Formats: sequence, structure tokens, C-alpha cells
Amino acid sequence: MAPAAPLPPALFLHDAVALSGRFPLLAGVDLEVANGETVLVEGPNGAGKTSLLRVCAGLVPLASGRVAVLGLDPVRQRNQVRRRVGMLSHASHLYDDLTVRENVRFAVRAAGAGTDRIDDACDRLGLTGRVLKTSAVKLSAGQRRRVALAVLAARWPELWLLDEPHAGLDASARDTLDELIGEAASGGATVVVASHEAHQVEALATRAVTVAGGRVVSQRAIVRSAGKPAKDVAHVA
Amino acid sequence: MWRDAALVAGKDLRIEARSRVGLSQVAPFGIVALVLFAFALGPDRSLMARGAPGLFWVAVLFCTVLAIQRSVSVESADGARDALRLSGMDPAGQFLGKAAAVAAQLVVLEVVLGMGVVLLYGAKIEVAWLIVVSSLLGTVGLAATGTLYGALSAGLRVRETLLPFLLLPIAAPILLAGTRIWQAAMVGGVPADGTQWLRLLVVFDAVYVAIGVVVYGPIQESA
Amino acid sequence: MSPNLSVGSSPSAHSPLIQSARARWTVRIIGITAAVATALTVWLGLWVTPPDVSQGDLVRLVYIHPGVAWVALYLAFGLAAVASLLYLWPRTRSLFWDRLAAAAVEVGVVFNVCTLISGSIWGKPTWGVWWAWDARLTSTAVLLVLFLGYLALRRVPAEPDVRAKRSAYVALFAAVDVPIVHFSVLWWRTLHQGATVLNPDLSPTIHGSMAWTLLLGFVSLTLVFVWMLLVRYRIGVLEDWLGSRELDVALVERRAEGTPVDRSRTGVDPSHGEPGADGRLDDGVDVGRPVVPEGAR
Repeated sequence: MAPAAPLPPALFLHDAVALSGRFPLLAGVDLEVANGETVLVEGPNGAGKTSLLRVCAGLVPLASGRVAVLGLDPVRQRNQVRRRVGMLSHASHLYDDLTVRENVRFAVRAAGAGTDRIDDACDRLGLTGRVLKTSAVKLSAGQRRRVALAVLAARWPELWLLDEPHAGLDASARDTLDELIGEAASGGATVVVASHEAHQVEALATRAVTVAGGRVVSQRAIVRSAGKPAKDVAHVA
Repeated sequence: MWRDAALVAGKDLRIEARSRVGLSQVAPFGIVALVLFAFALGPDRSLMARGAPGLFWVAVLFCTVLAIQRSVSVESADGARDALRLSGMDPAGQFLGKAAAVAAQLVVLEVVLGMGVVLLYGAKIEVAWLIVVSSLLGTVGLAATGTLYGALSAGLRVRETLLPFLLLPIAAPILLAGTRIWQAAMVGGVPADGTQWLRLLVVFDAVYVAIGVVVYGPIQESA
Repeated sequence: MSPNLSVGSSPSAHSPLIQSARARWTVRIIGITAAVATALTVWLGLWVTPPDVSQGDLVRLVYIHPGVAWVALYLAFGLAAVASLLYLWPRTRSLFWDRLAAAAVEVGVVFNVCTLISGSIWGKPTWGVWWAWDARLTSTAVLLVLFLGYLALRRVPAEPDVRAKRSAYVALFAAVDVPIVHFSVLWWRTLHQGATVLNPDLSPTIHGSMAWTLLLGFVSLTLVFVWMLLVRYRIGVLEDWLGSRELDVALVERRAEGTPVDRSRTGVDPSHGEPGADGRLDDGVDVGRPVVPEGAR
């Protein structure tokens, strides 16, 4: 799964500090994710996992340090970066008054992606028939999440940033999610998953990164053939 | 830019078509305001007819605040604002789209309120084209400034109270120009200064649409 | 730590320009000069200059009113607009301009209110009413409302950079509006009735000592403005310094959260994988942490 040499890494952060007022969301993150990697980001609540993903999506600017996403500055070159990045965040970004189908269509078209994969994506996430014509306000939390995933699946971005993607999903949707992650990875996309449910993602990930206190505190490679997680390869304490 | 504008405007108008907030809440509010103005002026219809142009525009201004509040609140639910940012759509297009959707709703509202002042106050329209042109120009200005200030106050918890305070003084020239032109149009004949007021509206519109196109992106990213 | 994050240990290290002993002395001297000049204006205006033939003692307001209006309408507002523009311009972006704009508006509001009050005092005996819908008076009042809106926005709690940007935009939108308001009010006024307010017959004839007093009035009020501006700016610096003092501490504390070795592998600890009550994992919003509303980012 080694990336081609000339391509810039999908993600590159060096001593990245991001603030929310006086509070350091990130307190100096060093991280590099190669193209095509699937990385699991672990850490306790409030460790900075969400902030890390938001920085990568260009939603939060850095106070100091460097960040490059797909070789570009996610804040200055945001319009080039954002169309290639897909983010699944805690909120599902749905308009309550629009139907499921309208929501997916708008999100996909807004991101400048083709609409041809929408039906297929909705199908895969079990959004069919009556549900498609239901307005989003009537959906359950899990269904809203499925809609958000359907948008990602229809867009099929180069870099997937998934924040607690399993939260609120039932077993079948979790399986679909894992399938999607697997397909994205084998299709050459880079996937970064922040999750507490390590065992669910570890089967898919090539590397696990632990975040705590707004920094990357350790990394370990996941050797698939061994079946179980291997030893730490780096310790950045 | 135009594609994104059409997309956003279509989305907002579709939401309005589904929720009918504008039609079932904002427009009736405008009518209520007209009735209250009549109560305040007393039963003298000639006084009402004379005050009709100004009262119409005051009602429109108040309704604009409500329409903008609605336009902003649509995006603030469920992190939709982040979604618009993440989509990579051209901010200028988003501004034009949101302003166009507001403008479309305001036009409908103005038709309702215009009929209101004719029926309730006995105002007579002598020069129809002047009424139409001035209303359209005023609408563009209100939609542009409103969308701009709406975006600026979007993240604030005190948005509901702050927005009218910021927006209404800025829109004062629209009230003055609109009222003056309507007065002329109801008396009959184009007054000497009519084109002067129309030009003022054109300048106002051009300035704020241009500002919106340029700064909507930075505002969205920072505020 | 990188330079833009490090916070000085004292306010003078934070902003030497305004906190050094020399700067303080300059401010003090400007203040004393302003006080002396104002006292001189009052003395000249009330005792030395003669009363006007037609307006009597009322003419003495002319030594104060135009000066106050000049500061409120041109100096304060112009400075706020220019400073806001310079803040928004990426190359000159610095909180210096933001604080300057804020100070100019705040002091400008005081002068604006004084303009309206002194105008009313003059208007009551002259026009017979406290308030006439005169074009200048109306423009001044609209400007005051725009100023107050700007200050109201500044009072909304936000991070300094966010607040600075937001305020600068509002100041510029208002600045662009001012000429449009001015012309619309002027036309509105002239259309209803002739501009009788500034009737040349009522304008006082300028006498020798009166001219000097008038000029001194402008100078002293400008000095008062500059002094108030500098003092307000200094308060702004101190406020920001007080707020930012904790940042270094906060960074250290934040990093300390991640140091215990046994916590570095908590990701595999199943106890951390428990979903919240609503089936969601509440990562990112932690107790005891200043949660900033979504929009403020």
C-alpha cells in the first residue's frame, strides 16, 4: 500500500496548534498520512480528535505550525481542497424541511459532484422507498447519520474524514460503513477515522494514532496478517 | 458562481415552499402592522392615504428583518453552515443565492402589502411603473444588506435582537427613497426628483451587492 | 512556542508602544494641554468675547458646538473607518487597528451625543423646538445609531480576532452607508420645506476675538479627543493582556492532559468506547472546557 513517490502526503501536520479562544484545541500535532492509508485516530474524550479532523477540513485555522491537505493549504486554498475532501461530523448537516432525497441531492451537487451515484448510495444505506420522500425532521438520529453517509458515498471524495462514524448506527449500517471504508481504501482514497470503537475499525486500518492533550502521543502500525495489533513503532511523548 | 447561486436559491425557496414560514407568518405579520398603523392614525382615511407610502415601506422593513432571521436560522440548524463551508461552493454564489431567495419572498410580500395599503388605506396608484421599479430596486437593496448582516450575526447567540438594530439604520435610505417615490407615484406624474431617488436606490443596490459578493466568503469563514 | 502565541509577562512587554514610561508621559502631557486649552476656550468664550447682536449670549455655543461636531462626525468616524479598513487589509492586519477603531467609536459616541445636546440647546431658543428634522441633525442621529450598533456588536463575547473582523466589517458597511444617508436625508429635507435652518441671517458675524476663540475651540476639542482615544486604547490593551495571560498556562495544562503514560493507549481500552445516553459518543465536547458555540469558530 505504499504511495507513489511524487504525490504529496494526504495529510501533513507539523507542530500544529489550533485555538478556540484561549483554549488550545491542538497543542502541537505532528502527523503525516500517506495517500491511500487508512488511519485510526484514538484517544479519550476531549483529546482533540474532532479538532484534528476539523483542522484537516480547513474549518479551523491554525494559530501556529503547518498543515497541508492533499499538498494544499486547507485555509488559503480551501476551495480547491474542500471539493476533494469529505467529512462526516457529529452534525448530519440536514435541512429539516427537505426530504431525504432532496437533502442528498443538494449536498452532492453543492460539493460539485455528479448526481449519478446518488440512487446507488441511498440504496446501500437502506434509504429506499418511503424514507426517501420523508422530510429530514422526522428521521431518527441513526437515520440522519445514514443520510450523511449516503452523501459521502455518492460524492466519493479523495480524503475521507470520519468523526465517530459508528455512533448511533445499527449493526447493518455499521457493516455497510465498514464496507464503504474498505472500498474507499482499496480504491486509493485516504481515510482518517476518529473512533472509540477501535475493534470495529482496526480490521480496516493500517495504522493507529493516539491523541491526548491536543497532541499525538503514540502511533502503532497494524499488521493485518498477525490478526492482532502489533507493537508501537513510534513514541512521540 | 451562477450555478452555485441557483442551487442555493433553489434550496432556500424549496424550504420556504415546504415550511411556508414566509407566507403563513411573515406576510400576516405585515398585514397586522398595517392594521395597527391604521389604529394609530385614527379613522381618517385621507390621513392614511397620505401616510400609505411610508407605512408600506416601514412594514416591508420589519418583514425583511423576519425574512432574514428565517434565512439565517435555516442554515444554523444541524451544523448546516459548516456544510455550506465544506461544500467548497463559491461564497459569492452563496451570497447571491441566499439574497435572491430573500428577494423573491420579499416581492411576494410587497404585492400583499401593496394590495393592503390600497384596500385598507384607500391609497390610489397613479404611476404603476414607478411603483414596480422602485419596489424592485428597494427589494434588491434590502435583500443584499439583510443577507450580509444575517451572515455576520449568524453565529451570535444574541442574533435576534442585534440584527434589527444593525440592519434597520443601514436601510434608512431605502425607506426614504421608497417612500418618496411612492408618494410621487400616488399623487401622479413623475416628480422632478423622481429619477434622482431611483438613482440613489441603484447606487445603494450596486454598493451592497458588490460588497456582499466580495466579503461574504471571509465573513463566513471568520464569523 | 512560536512568536505569535507567546504572551508577554507584563502589559508593557505586550505592547511597548503605549505602555512605556515615555508613552505614558506623552499621554499625560496631551491630557494636560487639552485641559488647559479647554479652560482657555471656556474663559475666552464666556468672558472675553462679546455677545452677538442678534443672538446674544447664545452665540457662545458656537465655540463648542462646531468643534464637537467636527470630532464626532469627521475625526472619530473617519478614524474608525480607516482603522477598520487597515485591519481588514491582510498586510496591515493587527489588533492595534482594531483597538484604535473601537476607541475612536467609543469616544466618538460621547462627542456625537454632545453634538446633539449642544445643537438642541441652540435649537430651542432659535427654532423654538428641541428637535427639528433638519438634514444635519438627522444625519448625525443616524450616525449615532450606527455607532451604537457597532458598540453593541463589540459587546458580544467573542475571541479577539473574530470580534475584530466582525466589527471591522460592520464599521465599513456603515461607513459606506454614511454618504448615502447624508444625501437621502438632505433631499428628503429639502423636498419637504426649504433649508431654513442654516439661514445666513442667523449666522453670527465673526468678530476678531471670536474667530480666535472658535479656532481654539477646535484645537482644544481635538486634543481632548486624542487624549481620550489614547487612554481608551491603553485600557483596551490592558483588557486584552489580562485575557491572554492565561494562554501559556492553558497550553501547558492541555499538554499535561496527554502525558500520563498509561493513558497513551486508552484507545484500546473498551471503557472509552461507551456511547452516551443518546447513543452518540460525545467526544469533542468535554466538561469544564470553554465550549465555543459552533458559529464562533
